[in-house]
Amino acid sequence: MKVLEEFIDVAVVGAGHAGCEAALACARMGLSTVVFTVSVESIALMPCNPNIGGSSKGHLVREVDALGGEMGVNIDKTFIQSKMLNESRGPAVHSLRAQADKAEYSRKMRQVLENTDNLQIRQAEVTEILVEEGRITGVKTYSGAVYHCRACVLCTGTYLRARCIYGDVSNATGPNGLQAANYLTDSLKSHGIEMQRFKTGTPARIDRRSIDFSKMEEQFGDERVVPFSFTTDPESVQIDQVSCWLTYTNEETHTIIRENLDRSPLYSGMIEGTGPRYCPSIEDKIVKFSDKKRHQVFIEPEGLYTNEMYIGGMSSSLPEDVQHRMYRTVAGLENARIVRNAYAIEYDCINPRQLKSSLEFKNIRGLFSGGQFNGSSGYEEAAAQGLVAGINAALYVLEKEPLVLDRSECYIGVLIDDLVTKENREPYRMMTSRAEYRLLLRQDNADIRLTEKGYQVGLISEERYRALLEKERQIEAEIRRVEHEPVGANKTVQDFLEKNGSTPLKTGTTLGELIRRPELNYELLKEIDRDRPSLPEAVREQVNINIKYEGYIKRQLKQVEQFKKLEKKKIPEHIDYDQVGSLRIEAVQKLKLYRPESIGQASRIAGVSPADISVLLVYLEQMKGRKHE
Amino acid sequence: MKGETIAAISTAMNDAGIGIIRISGEDAFTVADRIYRSKTGRKRLSEQPSHTIHYGYIYDGEQVIDEVLVMLMRGPRSFTAEDTVEINCHGGILAMKKILEAAVKHGARPAEPGEFTKRAFLNGRIDLSQAEAVIDIIHAKNEYALKSSVSQLKGSVHRAVEEIRGEVLYETAYIESALDDPEHISLEGYSERLWEKNSAWKEKLQNLIDSSENGRVIAEGIRTVILGKPNAGKSSLLNLLLGEERAIVTDIPGTTRDILEESIQIDGMSLQLIDTAGIRDTEDIVEQIGVDRAKEYARGADLIIYVVDSSTGLDQNDEEIMNFAADKRMIVLLNKTDLAMVTSEESLKERLPSACVLPVSAKENRGLEQFRKVLKEMFFKGELSFNDQVYITNMRHKAALMEALDSLKQVEESLEMGMQEDFYSIDLMAAYEALGTITGETVGEDLVNEIFGRFCMGK
Repeated sequence: MKVLEEFIDVAVVGAGHAGCEAALACARMGLSTVVFTVSVESIALMPCNPNIGGSSKGHLVREVDALGGEMGVNIDKTFIQSKMLNESRGPAVHSLRAQADKAEYSRKMRQVLENTDNLQIRQAEVTEILVEEGRITGVKTYSGAVYHCRACVLCTGTYLRARCIYGDVSNATGPNGLQAANYLTDSLKSHGIEMQRFKTGTPARIDRRSIDFSKMEEQFGDERVVPFSFTTDPESVQIDQVSCWLTYTNEETHTIIRENLDRSPLYSGMIEGTGPRYCPSIEDKIVKFSDKKRHQVFIEPEGLYTNEMYIGGMSSSLPEDVQHRMYRTVAGLENARIVRNAYAIEYDCINPRQLKSSLEFKNIRGLFSGGQFNGSSGYEEAAAQGLVAGINAALYVLEKEPLVLDRSECYIGVLIDDLVTKENREPYRMMTSRAEYRLLLRQDNADIRLTEKGYQVGLISEERYRALLEKERQIEAEIRRVEHEPVGANKTVQDFLEKNGSTPLKTGTTLGELIRRPELNYELLKEIDRDRPSLPEAVREQVNINIKYEGYIKRQLKQVEQFKKLEKKKIPEHIDYDQVGSLRIEAVQKLKLYRPESIGQASRIAGVSPADISVLLVYLEQMKGRKHE
Repeated sequence: MKGETIAAISTAMNDAGIGIIRISGEDAFTVADRIYRSKTGRKRLSEQPSHTIHYGYIYDGEQVIDEVLVMLMRGPRSFTAEDTVEINCHGGILAMKKILEAAVKHGARPAEPGEFTKRAFLNGRIDLSQAEAVIDIIHAKNEYALKSSVSQLKGSVHRAVEEIRGEVLYETAYIESALDDPEHISLEGYSERLWEKNSAWKEKLQNLIDSSENGRVIAEGIRTVILGKPNAGKSSLLNLLLGEERAIVTDIPGTTRDILEESIQIDGMSLQLIDTAGIRDTEDIVEQIGVDRAKEYARGADLIIYVVDSSTGLDQNDEEIMNFAADKRMIVLLNKTDLAMVTSEESLKERLPSACVLPVSAKENRGLEQFRKVLKEMFFKGELSFNDQVYITNMRHKAALMEALDSLKQVEESLEMGMQEDFYSIDLMAAYEALGTITGETVGEDLVNEIFGRFCMGK
């Protein structure tokens, strides 16, 4: 039988947020790339919430941007409201969140894909991966066409054997009624890949005209919008913004939910997949926080050209009739007309411990994966992994060392390390608390942390890289100046201090010391700093943070130093744990299962104790000794 | 690793005749020069040939600590294959500690447990078969630790540290979850609450640190104090239990003038044995101090072993002992049953109804099996546990506690400055990690340290 055959460098399966980043990275790194999607209309689809960013997720977007990914640029082009969250808290937890015009977001991303050299979009369902001698050699589509490739990135999202459920209704479709991918799972299993089943959910969409906004609190965007991308001109994002609204559930809502819990597929056992604890459905919240009298509900527009409103905080898989009654108890939603029901979705994904930190499968060379397929949740988590998987697929084809990001460098590093070393029994969501070194991993310095790496792999232009070096130079010079700039106890200074509620000086000091006072900062001190050079806002921000929080930053850097010591101790890939005497049986099992790349990684695996690590270290020392003999 | 100079007490921590403090590393000679003075004051150790011995004094600033002999060994001809100085002092826990502290003050850092051995290994002084033996020992320790966690064998220091550590973790987790889920967890007024908790932790840590400084270096275990009037045979019994001639045994009442401490293992139980001066009214001032200290120790004991001479009658001294130790868990050993009985088992039982009375003979080594059995029963029935008071025994623990305390002070400072939660959570985590190095739950900076630390201390 004759079939279509093509030869390409990289096949990317899926064109969601992970697939788009992966495909763009490979194509931009010069490799012929095909991205497969079940529907071209669903490229970069946002099937759940209409926003990008948020606490810690905003960090991910900034990091993706710093490495040369597309998500930040795309949301800057298509946002309709933007907010810097947690501004009252420290700089480590400041996080950007933007409301997107969903359709526009999807359309613009598609436009970028369509116009990227080396990149071809193909509407087809991939049903098989082809593997020879432990190496990926191609993919096969439903029609039988074969695409021979040197590397493949799987970004199937929530489409594998997907099932949408509410009440006793179950549809074998992907999100939004899109076609599910029902064959690939079997092919993956036949190549020894371990699969599991996860679930997630989304709330209803309600017709804007049926909502009474007068009963809700209006939520505005920031007056001065900060763009996501380091490449976006801040002036270009100062647009007219739309509003969101805040309302609450109440006892009546909770009563209806409680009375119908037995009709929920989650509690009746119809759903077998594990859902995210950190993004619970409204019925989960009622059960878990039973003492709470009310829960927040955010009403967010889905775009500028639609009346659909997203009901944030009320995802559900209760039956249709219960949903109708439940939503209508919420203040302002008394007459709500549902456009799309809330539903839960179940899908196949892998256990990510089968992956290396490069997101390549440990057992199949050249096969990479990213996004919800790896057991995560969220657009941003997906994009971050897709980018890294794409970069590493390209580096693999180019026969270069993979890009491995660690926990001390970025949230992406934390995300990937958590996925590949920890026991993940539910969709993984990024959170600030997962990052141990978060004072260093701020959203404001993502470029300083990562852009050089993006430049090295070839995703950042020479011009952008030079600009970064210049920024770093300016920051350093200004910090040096300010730290040495003497301030005398003269009248101007004392008056200034008094005005700002700060203790007057007894002796002379430096500007740097004054910046460290909690009630003062770099911007305020402009008044008494006559020799201050004119510097860009981004530089001034770094100067202020670096001086003000110097002590904390230093202490955190010390913690990182400790951490790095263990990360640097590599474990040989083919170590035979049965040969390491004295390891506990549980540790041997876990180490065999995870096959950690370093001692540091081994130490984070549940079931491997510090004593086991000690044994391992001695063993490695011995091996080293033997090599020298 | 290179460049750091380490120091530790290399002999057992007891009041033996001689104690050795070992300093190893690049600056070993420099450190030694800073604390050593020869008789003329002109000799510089760093200018002396290797493998020579020098007489002189160790100073802390202008104050003499002890008269010493100093041994010099240049690398690689030393145990660690690095420059090594060994200071032989007159012993006594206090002198050894003071010398170690002087060395630390002048550029060395306290060695991690087993660090000398580790350096020897890494510098190629120990071969692989020896290293394998090390692994076996770690293995054994592993099993032991596992078992001890289910029994009550976990040390009191660990329990105290774990308690604080658990609380710190709880608060950190609280802050973290509030940052991620502000809808459900509020930080309103939280900093005041944390300030109070933080103060309590600081105080506890300070107490632990102080306990290491009051001169009573006590290993972990069941604090067992041996009491009895002079010449009842306390020291002989102690020696039998220890299997060696530790205390000086004579027939003159009042020979044991000071307190003797020994740690022994009986069927897996760790006993910290404290032999005291015999209690009697005495005019001798030196001995009187010993008696007072014995009483003081008895007050803080987990278990009292009261030795009674069965060949004499109960007298005023016995009355005094029975009075002040009446409410304590007690085993009475009726010694010298090889002689004619004057005081009977029954009369003691009547006087001390809650105590267990066992006839023994130290001289004929009789009755000790029974004693072990009783001890074990008490322990496993949970009648015997550790003293609530906690003592810090080694420098490494002390250093970790001080590190944790420093971090908590930073937390306090941040709270006072009104910094946001995510700043002080950094220092809370640092405290948590530092405390973890004591309980063995923090995977430390260089784990080979830990490994070698597990099989021998300070060597």
